[in-house]
Amino acid sequence: MSTQVQKNIVSEIEDQTGPVLVMEHLKKSFGNNHVLRDINLVINKGENVVVLGKSGTGKSVLIKCIVGLDEPDDGKLFIFGQDISELDEDELIDIRRKIGFLFQSGALYDSMTVRENLEFPLRRQLHSISKDEIFSLVKEALKNVGLDEAIDKTPSELSGGMRKRLGLARTLILKPSIMLYDEPTTGLDPITSKEISKLILKVQEKYNTSSIIITHDIDCAKITANRIIVIKEGICAAEGTYSELEKSEDPWIRSFFE
Amino acid sequence: MKKITLPKLQNENLDEEIVKDSVFKKFFLEVYSLTIFTLHFFREVFKPPYEFNELMKQTFLIGYKSFPLVIITGFIIGLVLTIQSRPTLANFGAESWLPAMVAVSIIREIGPVITSLIFAGKVGSGIGAELASMNVTQQIDAMQVSDTNPFKYLVVTRVVAATFMLPVLVVFADMVGLLGSFVGVNLKGDVSLHLFFAQIFQSLDFNDLFPAFIKTFFFGFAIGLIGSYKGYYSNKGTEGVGKAANSSVVFASLMVFIIDMIAVQITSLYQN
Repeated sequence: MSTQVQKNIVSEIEDQTGPVLVMEHLKKSFGNNHVLRDINLVINKGENVVVLGKSGTGKSVLIKCIVGLDEPDDGKLFIFGQDISELDEDELIDIRRKIGFLFQSGALYDSMTVRENLEFPLRRQLHSISKDEIFSLVKEALKNVGLDEAIDKTPSELSGGMRKRLGLARTLILKPSIMLYDEPTTGLDPITSKEISKLILKVQEKYNTSSIIITHDIDCAKITANRIIVIKEGICAAEGTYSELEKSEDPWIRSFFE
Repeated sequence: MKKITLPKLQNENLDEEIVKDSVFKKFFLEVYSLTIFTLHFFREVFKPPYEFNELMKQTFLIGYKSFPLVIITGFIIGLVLTIQSRPTLANFGAESWLPAMVAVSIIREIGPVITSLIFAGKVGSGIGAELASMNVTQQIDAMQVSDTNPFKYLVVTRVVAATFMLPVLVVFADMVGLLGSFVGVNLKGDVSLHLFFAQIFQSLDFNDLFPAFIKTFFFGFAIGLIGSYKGYYSNKGTEGVGKAANSSVVFASLMVFIIDMIAVQITSLYQN
């Protein structure tokens, strides 16, 4: 399939409403440790889905499977309606360009300045873009996360919250349709956590992105979630809105909200 | 289900197995893993797109930044070797052979090997620590989701830069080593620079220069490859960074001696 045809297909699918990401019976094991046993999940366009669960229940593995950092052992994964197991390498790359991933640590390139960190994905993915266009996109991305002044600093000169915001700016600079957040508020003070949560909400409203947010922070879940999924022993144990799950009769699920 | 993209070579499970196994088995599994890594390098190195900008950056960092250390080391080696050898040669009344003997020693063996060991200590450990730190902080994963092949961008560029920069550094180290030797000769004598180098070039031939130069490419390749391998597959955690740096130096230094031993055997086959 030619690149232009692929792009048209992805664009057409993006314009549609309905699920942008579907997981069916997804399984992933590491040796004898069956992390994901049977995950079924649907993410609709423009929806923020928070995934809750105890540590080591495979929440991060779940989103790593979506971007290809981990390979599922079994199951189906549909992104923009396309079964990714049937796509060739080029088609997969094209699909994956529409997915942004905010790492838990921010994963900023220490050897690069803030500007170079933001330029990196642009230069890698948009080969024909001019220097002026790159600079204006970098400025816009930094403005969106309130880091305009930090453009020539290095990541080591930034605070934890600023690093998270820069990580978010780097992910958003390519305007992805699906955002994956891996514990976006971990290690931050309550005020900065709230700022990051509001920023996630702002991203959803501004770019109409669909997001999966992996978190332990129940305040973050309350602010950002349209829907919450609770993972227990490798399966989706519960699903609902914040207020529905808060009133759950299952004490284990309720324990997350206490 | 098919892989979404080219992943890092997955050997986490292999590591778990290794821990449980004997030292003997661990050694062979490590060799196996390094062989796969090397084959992967050769598959990636010729495949476009080529990372020229990053290669140039690494060439500068690996070559130019190692230059002062290599030059100082080379000068001291030449000077010390001359001072130490003089009494022995004087006992046999062969003091006039000093420039020739030192030149052959430096160019054939001491220059390449000592420079490579210094290079392994500086560059090998640097590559190991840098890649391990990138691994720990998920920078390699971030690169992969940014549509970049991290193996090509990080490993191939560093290995190629190390392979081509070490021979250049060795040439400079040899030259400065000979200058150090000239200073050493003149501490207790009076030999002109012209005479000194005339004696050196009289004693050297193609068989001294060519094999010694060629083997430095292999030294550089081994140092770059081992540093990258140890860093790229370091265990998660800050402890892994130190371990990667340390084992890069140890393993790379050992490889320098092994390659040198093989190179000497091959060279002597052709010379006899």
